[in-house]
Amino acid sequence: MRPIDVIEGKVSVLDRHDVDTDQIIPKQFLKRVERTGFGEFLFYDWLRSGEISLEPNPILVAGRNFGCGSSREHAPWALEDFGFEAIVAPSFADIFYSNCTKIGLLPVELDEKHCRAVAEAGEARIDVDDQTVTCAAGVFEFAIEPDVQHRLLNGLDDIGITLENVAAIDRFEAGRATGATPTTKAL
Amino acid sequence: MPQTMFDKIWSEHEVADGLLYIDLHLVHEVTSPQAFDGLRMAGRKVRRPERTLATADHNVPTDGTKAAQLIADHLSRVQVETLERNCEEFGIRLYSLGSDRQGIVHVIGPELGVTQPGMTIVCGDSHTSTHGAFGALAFGIGTSEVEHVLATQCLVQKKPKTMRISYAGELGPGVTPKDLILATIGRLGTGGMVGHAVEYAGPAIESLSMPGRMTVCNMTIEGGGRAGMIAPDETTFEWVQGRAAAPQEFDAAVKRWRQLPTDPGAGFDAEIEIDAAGISPMVTWGTNPGMVVEVTGSVPDPAEMDLPADRESAARALAYMDLEPGTPMTEVAPERVFIGSCTNSRVEDLREAAAMVDGRKIASSVRAMVVPGSQQVKATAEEEGLDDIFRAAGFEWREAGCSMCLGMNPDILIEGERCASTSNRNFEGRQGKGGRTHLVSPKMAAAAAIEGRFVDIREWA
Repeated sequence: MRPIDVIEGKVSVLDRHDVDTDQIIPKQFLKRVERTGFGEFLFYDWLRSGEISLEPNPILVAGRNFGCGSSREHAPWALEDFGFEAIVAPSFADIFYSNCTKIGLLPVELDEKHCRAVAEAGEARIDVDDQTVTCAAGVFEFAIEPDVQHRLLNGLDDIGITLENVAAIDRFEAGRATGATPTTKAL
Repeated sequence: MPQTMFDKIWSEHEVADGLLYIDLHLVHEVTSPQAFDGLRMAGRKVRRPERTLATADHNVPTDGTKAAQLIADHLSRVQVETLERNCEEFGIRLYSLGSDRQGIVHVIGPELGVTQPGMTIVCGDSHTSTHGAFGALAFGIGTSEVEHVLATQCLVQKKPKTMRISYAGELGPGVTPKDLILATIGRLGTGGMVGHAVEYAGPAIESLSMPGRMTVCNMTIEGGGRAGMIAPDETTFEWVQGRAAAPQEFDAAVKRWRQLPTDPGAGFDAEIEIDAAGISPMVTWGTNPGMVVEVTGSVPDPAEMDLPADRESAARALAYMDLEPGTPMTEVAPERVFIGSCTNSRVEDLREAAAMVDGRKIASSVRAMVVPGSQQVKATAEEEGLDDIFRAAGFEWREAGCSMCLGMNPDILIEGERCASTSNRNFEGRQGKGGRTHLVSPKMAAAAAIEGRFVDIREWA
């Protein structure tokens, strides 16, 4: 994952609430076994029917509960592959939010009023370190978990970090009563 | 200090701050190939293959195709074959196409007894919340996290908040667990549970069977909840006992499990009360599970909604669904009926649906199919003769898989078709591009197949 510090540029707007991951990347495109190449299928039905139009700008402003539904990481892969680097919305679905942070697609939660201001400004600058979104309408602060922020700023691999703690996992496993939970060995 | 069930399970699995040990990792073909690739590229192994279990479900045809190599669709075949290769290479037990234990991942876990109270369970699938019905902490994860769990048997996880939904009274006759959860989501909205691990409680929950509890926990994610949970009790223990992976020292296990329920006086971040006795059979009218109404009601009028955003999304949903405001739900006529999915494809669901159609014929305007959740469900149902009842009524009787819940296999709606479905999502295009989904219980779906329109099953005989 590449480090993210500042994301700056034009803003695309998708003014809809409860956008689900089935719309972001429909199921027929989940059959690929690679991580790349999903961008051309982003919002496949909505874009092709002309129901919405979207420019591949660095920033996407969306409605509340963005990314609800299926846990498919293909959704953030498609958004990133399309060209988005940050998604700004009043709220996100839990799994989607987490998936974004794992691949370095920055989810930014701002209240509805500020999301609208960023959308209207048309351009913005997001600073991960300062936790601010700056646009013509002002400077808005956003919250992000410190460890997520640290990982994004440094482009760190989650698994690498956890494996530095492998002794703690070993100790945890050794300390558990045998047979406390089942394993597939019984099958 | 009194603790919630969630807090007990969480603290027992915390390896370090924010690092959770995972007891059981379920794997399927769609969200795992990139994770196994990641392991290979980094030269990593699966840390605990014996805590990992795989099956093929999303892509499999339900027409009796006996092996992965025989799947007609090229991309689906590659995905299932890739799963088979990955499981072989990394030493993971797999029930693929052709195995008598193959089935929907959230059906086979409980069926084999690997799903047990007090565990942490994850899977690259949002409906992993199903397993919370056993008093486990179970939730869906993305592919990067699948790779993380494969490599470390742990998950980096922010502790969610807790919510308890308490149901007063009992469900009325003809009202099912599916109606209970649809009514709940209708009230709270699709984002109403975001950020929370949700415990369902009260007499209406305690009197549910395990399949009923699984239906409720399954759809937690449709309310945005991180996990759904129900306290384990005698019903739970009875289900687990005697299954393939049940604990050998069963009594000792039950003694541990009895410690799990939320202590009296434990606090939740949010508490909600719902009158179970007031719930009716439900039908969705729109394009998310929160857009739902009682079968005795009618299609809502967007103009009567308070918020502009709600008006707009309701109007868009009605255009997609081709429905007019004010139409009674009992005048809505599906031409397809799907009984299946991780929400409602267990033997009990099929028994309930079969009882509705026994001795009757489906309407000439309807094509209906029943897709058992697993090969074992199918075998049991056939021993009981349920397949004969369905076939005689005009239903197709299929092989196990996710089938028409998400249309990644040949079972899909064609553009404009309207479907009464026992699945979990009525999103645009979910069951096929342009397909129109109405979520209902198995009983409601069965009755709709016979009548060719939705009926209030409480008055239907």
